[in-house]
Amino acid sequence: MMALRLLKQAWPILGLLLPLALIVFLADQFGSISVERSVTEGLIKIVTVVGLYIFIGNSGVVSFGHVAFMAIAAYATAWQTCCSALKPITMSGLPDFLRSHTYPVLPAGISAATLAAAAAFIVGLVLMRLSGIAASISTLAALFILNVVYSNWDKVTMGTASIVGLPTYVTPWVAFACAGLAMVIAYLFQISSWGLTLRATREDEVAARASGISVYWMRLAAFTLSGFVMGMAGVLHAHFLGTISVDTFFLGLTFITLTMLVVGGMKSLSGAVLGVVVISFVTDILRRMEAGMSFGGGEVALPAGSQEVVLAVVMLLVLIFRRDGLTKGREFIWPSLSRQTGSGDVT
Amino acid sequence: MLNFIQVLIDAAALGSLYALVALAIGLVFGIMRLINFAQGDYLTIGAYSLVVPTASVTPPLLFGALPWPLMVAAVLATCMIAALLTERIAFRPLRNANPATLLISSFAVSYFLQHALMLVHTGRPKSVAIGASLAQAIDIFGVRIPGLQLVTMITTVTLLIAFVILLKKTAIGIQMRAAAENFQMARLLGVKANKVIAFGFALSGFLAGTVSLLLVAQTGTLDIRMGIMPVIYAFFATVIGGMGSLAGAALGGFLVGVTSVLLQAYLPPDLRPFRDAGVFALVILILLAYPKGLIPSSASRERV
Repeated sequence: MMALRLLKQAWPILGLLLPLALIVFLADQFGSISVERSVTEGLIKIVTVVGLYIFIGNSGVVSFGHVAFMAIAAYATAWQTCCSALKPITMSGLPDFLRSHTYPVLPAGISAATLAAAAAFIVGLVLMRLSGIAASISTLAALFILNVVYSNWDKVTMGTASIVGLPTYVTPWVAFACAGLAMVIAYLFQISSWGLTLRATREDEVAARASGISVYWMRLAAFTLSGFVMGMAGVLHAHFLGTISVDTFFLGLTFITLTMLVVGGMKSLSGAVLGVVVISFVTDILRRMEAGMSFGGGEVALPAGSQEVVLAVVMLLVLIFRRDGLTKGREFIWPSLSRQTGSGDVT
Repeated sequence: MLNFIQVLIDAAALGSLYALVALAIGLVFGIMRLINFAQGDYLTIGAYSLVVPTASVTPPLLFGALPWPLMVAAVLATCMIAALLTERIAFRPLRNANPATLLISSFAVSYFLQHALMLVHTGRPKSVAIGASLAQAIDIFGVRIPGLQLVTMITTVTLLIAFVILLKKTAIGIQMRAAAENFQMARLLGVKANKVIAFGFALSGFLAGTVSLLLVAQTGTLDIRMGIMPVIYAFFATVIGGMGSLAGAALGGFLVGVTSVLLQAYLPPDLRPFRDAGVFALVILILLAYPKGLIPSSASRERV
């Protein structure tokens, strides 16, 4: 009985994790290298979008700046693990403990994600005082500040040049473990009392304030936590590709991750994950078509840019015809529960 | 001293450009609560309409080959049509959505336009020369003002005055202001929503066209992303000026333009690359001190 109750409680997570595990297993066993890479990339996107979801989904404030925290963590892990021979020359501005030492990947990854969380906390201290559109705009301003600083801080970040040669340890299973961790963090937060109060402020800020909820602290907590998960995504991204450059973490990535969140439904964790799966699938097919594929005997290739055009159209169609996303803001819940409550709506 | 005046003139010219873009964003926001990211892409579309779509780096001219009054008219018309089309196709079905959804949808529209343009014109930067006659400097009391900067400032001032007259004296202008004040009430009193909103978009397209001509004449290059920086600056300008307040938008535009030029001129050389970060930090600071903007309007209040 106890076990069943636990199972029901954990179902929204398990219902997402089990199919994902199956996909990873199949890709690992039978897929080609390129399928395996696509799956890993998709899992890293899940970490990213779940990170976005922790803040945007629960607070209802759209942030355009979260990929900045990815960049912070990606650079932090690169400083710790990358290219011990070249570092003293190419990144001469680093403090000594980074310049002349190389650290193992696990502590490097954890400290990098923690740094991202710390950055999110400090940025949040300032930005969470704003609300609504002003908050969204200032997150965008924060992203631009980071981009300008990292693009020009040549002695530490190598400017706009790529840092090459990070250890690449991210396999589909590593990415899956992190995606699972991110989802558990997000789910525990959203069913915690903090998560619930934050959701109350999303539904009606004025009423929530009147009930004695501090919108500021609740949002700050979510912002920091989502900064940590974004940091995890940044670390994974860096160690998956083995190379990072500051322009990867800019408007393009912001757009694609926001699309995933909106298409899936930004008010539920299931929506965030589903959005990634759907959009990754679509972009992967489009990317293969842009690269050219043989079709009916002839070589057909879509012109560059069609991937983005299709994505933008998908996003607009979802916004117009199904504003709450594919999941309509619902979670996967235990089948019998949905019958009892009728709608299965948890938000 | 002369140098200082020169810097001031640079600052005023850049500020004027940003003020024009900010005004366009402010206009649409006032009526619809929509921050239109796509404003920058109207501008890019206008600029690209000067040339024939090819993959060449120095493409043959399309509208750019026309005599200048026709060229100006054609570019302005292109931008206005682009703005009206996006309104009709993308924003009208979303009219009752909340501001966050609108913001995301305009982000999507912008992304769409940018990459659709890339499909047609390819992603390579191109060069195009228009307005060569504006390049000479004019000497006023020993200060050399490049003709183009003079034109920019005169255009801005003229347009600002024209806008004030339009908004205060004409029927459609008064309807627009009423709609910006309280859209629901204005509709009940017989203001036609579709007409007012379409008019707002047409005006923002007009402004985009003006800015794109001034910008291309200045830089001589076309780039798919050329609209992004002006619109981001203008974006911040509208917010610090006070959302929905047109005077605030113009003021904010001048402010970010002027700050950016002054930082460029007077920061120590080591720090100059970080100039933009300074401007963006200023945005956040102003927002903290005045969350509703410098000149708040009733539109900035979120209705309960």
